Amino acid sequence: MSDAIKFLEPRQAVVSRRPAIVEDLAELLPPECLVHEPRELVPFETDAFVAYRRLPLAVALPKTTEQVAAVMKYCHRYGVPVVPRGAGTSLSGGAIPQEDAVVLGLSKMSQIIEVDPANRTATVQAGVTNLSISDAVSPEGFFYAPDPSSQLACTIGGNIGMNSGGAHCLKYGVTTNNLLGVKMVLVDGTVIELGGKHLDAAGYDLLGLVCGSEGQLGIVTEATVRLIAKPEGARPVLFGFDTSEQAGACVADIIGSGIIPVAIEFMDKPAIEICEAFAQAGYPLDVGALLIVEVEGSEAEMEAMLKSIVEIASRHGVRTVRESQSAMEAALIWKGRKSAFGATGRISDYICMDGTVPLGKLPYVLEKTSEIVERFGLRVANVFHAGDGNMHPLILFNANDPEDAARAEEAGNEILKLCVDAGGCLTGEHGVGIEKRDLMRHQYSDADLNQQMAVRSAFDAGWLLNPSKVFPLEGRPAA
Amino acid sequence: MTFVPHSEADAAYVIRNAAARGTRLAICGGNTRSGFGNPVAGDETLSSRGLSGIVDYEPAEMVMTARAGTPVAEIEAALAAKAQVMAFEPMDHRPAMGTSGEPTIGGVFAANVSGPRRFVAGAARDSLLGIRFVNGSGEIIRAGGRVMKNVTGLDLVKLLAGSHGTLGLITEVTFRVLPVPQTAVTILVSGLDDAAASRVMAVAMAMPVEVSGAAHLPQSVKGRFLGGALPEGEATVLRLEGLEASVAVRADKLAAAMAPFGPVSRLAAEESRRLWQEIRDVMPYAGVAHKPLWRVSVAPSAGHQLVAALRLEAGIDAFYDWQGGLVWMQMEADPEAALLRRYIKALGGGHATLVRAPERVRAMTPAFEPQPDAVAALSARIKEKLDPAGIFGPGKMAGA
Repeated sequence: MSDAIKFLEPRQAVVSRRPAIVEDLAELLPPECLVHEPRELVPFETDAFVAYRRLPLAVALPKTTEQVAAVMKYCHRYGVPVVPRGAGTSLSGGAIPQEDAVVLGLSKMSQIIEVDPANRTATVQAGVTNLSISDAVSPEGFFYAPDPSSQLACTIGGNIGMNSGGAHCLKYGVTTNNLLGVKMVLVDGTVIELGGKHLDAAGYDLLGLVCGSEGQLGIVTEATVRLIAKPEGARPVLFGFDTSEQAGACVADIIGSGIIPVAIEFMDKPAIEICEAFAQAGYPLDVGALLIVEVEGSEAEMEAMLKSIVEIASRHGVRTVRESQSAMEAALIWKGRKSAFGATGRISDYICMDGTVPLGKLPYVLEKTSEIVERFGLRVANVFHAGDGNMHPLILFNANDPEDAARAEEAGNEILKLCVDAGGCLTGEHGVGIEKRDLMRHQYSDADLNQQMAVRSAFDAGWLLNPSKVFPLEGRPAA
Repeated sequence: MTFVPHSEADAAYVIRNAAARGTRLAICGGNTRSGFGNPVAGDETLSSRGLSGIVDYEPAEMVMTARAGTPVAEIEAALAAKAQVMAFEPMDHRPAMGTSGEPTIGGVFAANVSGPRRFVAGAARDSLLGIRFVNGSGEIIRAGGRVMKNVTGLDLVKLLAGSHGTLGLITEVTFRVLPVPQTAVTILVSGLDDAAASRVMAVAMAMPVEVSGAAHLPQSVKGRFLGGALPEGEATVLRLEGLEASVAVRADKLAAAMAPFGPVSRLAAEESRRLWQEIRDVMPYAGVAHKPLWRVSVAPSAGHQLVAALRLEAGIDAFYDWQGGLVWMQMEADPEAALLRRYIKALGGGHATLVRAPERVRAMTPAFEPQPDAVAALSARIKEKLDPAGIFGPGKMAGA
């Protein structure tokens, strides 16, 4: 376990009252909705950012918005921090608790409330998984567009917290572009509704502010999302190149030509080998870098787009072009890509970066990334959403070797600073969490951060919601 | 008096002074939307028009950065030269509001102005990647950036978009643009009443043909589009855009699916472009300054029900965009705000914004949808954090 990233000191006044707090929460929740035995708290001590863990004070797993409101009202009254949690798939430590906090898990709120085909919306509870929305609306001919790789497990509540993206947001946008409304519980237990089945806000765009706020502004308990008609067909095509730089330059040219495929994913040689070994997706192993380009629409449309893309790829010295010949092949191609993190985890410990850079800087940033990682004596696998410049270098290291782990964290920080200096940002879709919190001053000035923190205070004056996250611990406003 | 700072630093200086003295500032760009929102009792005006010019444009990355006072016309010309557009089709408010002057890009984002493509391609706020602004303490703040995916900190970009100059002076905007569609065609179904049109538009939107505009033009307004050249009967119009080959295939498919509902005809690229521009700019209601004009956003299937209910009690005329969810409603005389808002609530919620009305009516009618107490209180606290002295357009947005 690492300790480079600090958490807030636990509030002793809260920790010392633990038995009373558990007793009080038991009054507010049915027995099956409260976890407090130390042994049973262990599964909640971390998320997918496993290098850090803290046992929470208790875990509340409410079934209704009213129960969420009751827990929030209680915690607000007694100054108990609250850490919201969806499925715990955060890669930035967004759901890691702390010793004085109640984890508020939404996993029992997993009902699909309404599918409304005429208005192309679905209204769901926050604990519904991302993929189950698409599954539920599929018979009506629709899908929900944002598709993070963890979509089988991750919840829509967590997606809203992190403004999650995915492979297909190049065309359809990220969560914030597909979210129409939420029901949410404020820190003091007040329930509000923002948006709905209509478009745009009356008044300030609080919905836009809440999306991507990493559980610091309130607890979303229900969401209304936009549905899109499923395309007639979709076809992923593999393009193999000798070098990462060629592939990166090809991506910039495809976008620059005015063609917007539904997805452009990038893998370098280490990532290709790892994913192919896991998924047998048919990726070519004799290339240095691979692009998965997906086009969709009618046969004619896909043909026309592919023709232009192949022409561009040829100019960049493409070596292999392989179209999926069946739905099964297409599914395999995506399986390989979406299991990249898990497949990497089978062979090594890794930390996953999430910086975004302007497209024109892709080749430069890829080259510099290799240099940085080599300098630290580590290896890197690159697999990411190239079409929107959202990079995911996976830095491989040995978690049992504390020095190796520290080197990996340092290399990661350098890569993220590189992304910011190239005109990009620290995180495209995984969130700041604890992982990138202390790098925030590299991207923002004091005035920028102070303004964000002031707005956060407008929602949660006492900073009880997910308090160790996002903003550097020093320089926060006095509570 | 109007301040026209020519640099961000000068703007910050003006604002710091105003904050120290409690001078209320009405922020404006080209003043083409000056009647929007509740009337403001500003002591002085602060204009962005001295902050003008395109700062950076990377067509290959589909990103432009411009100073807030840059005329929209200048932006559109620069984009057109590289065959790109703003995907959200910002409306030109001049015809409907009877204003003159040059709309600015800062005004577009400050008012979150979108057009017909909004319901599939997102609003202005969805294209806005980053901003610079001066808050009410005179501090220069940067939010967002120039990349499409960015979840680094709170999204102040969305907060400022649509805040109508009540949270800060936006000085610079960075936004995403898209390629101009190679071609467009509009499929027109004739003779549907409002309710049938709503059902038919829902059918079209459920098809995998990527409709990028869905509007219904009832008999009362239809004759005022394309100089009266649309065919007999009410017009339900569905736009398809994209590559030539693809649009041709999709148009055939859509036309075939629409045939059972009524006579189907087509508008080719140039006519289609003109029609959607006229829909965007609400041309049927241009030049009638004395009649109140509402912009109502509700669930698509609720739009026609709202109009039907209101028609029994008030003199109204209306047409629909966004699959029926955006209702442009012109009132014969009284704005009937209370009645309208009661029906919106009864039909599942939404909001009505008074876009135009005579001075006397505006003074008595809340221009924006009143918010529930808890949301209004939250908005007021946010306003206080960005503008502690309360100098930016106080009262312009109710509750803030």
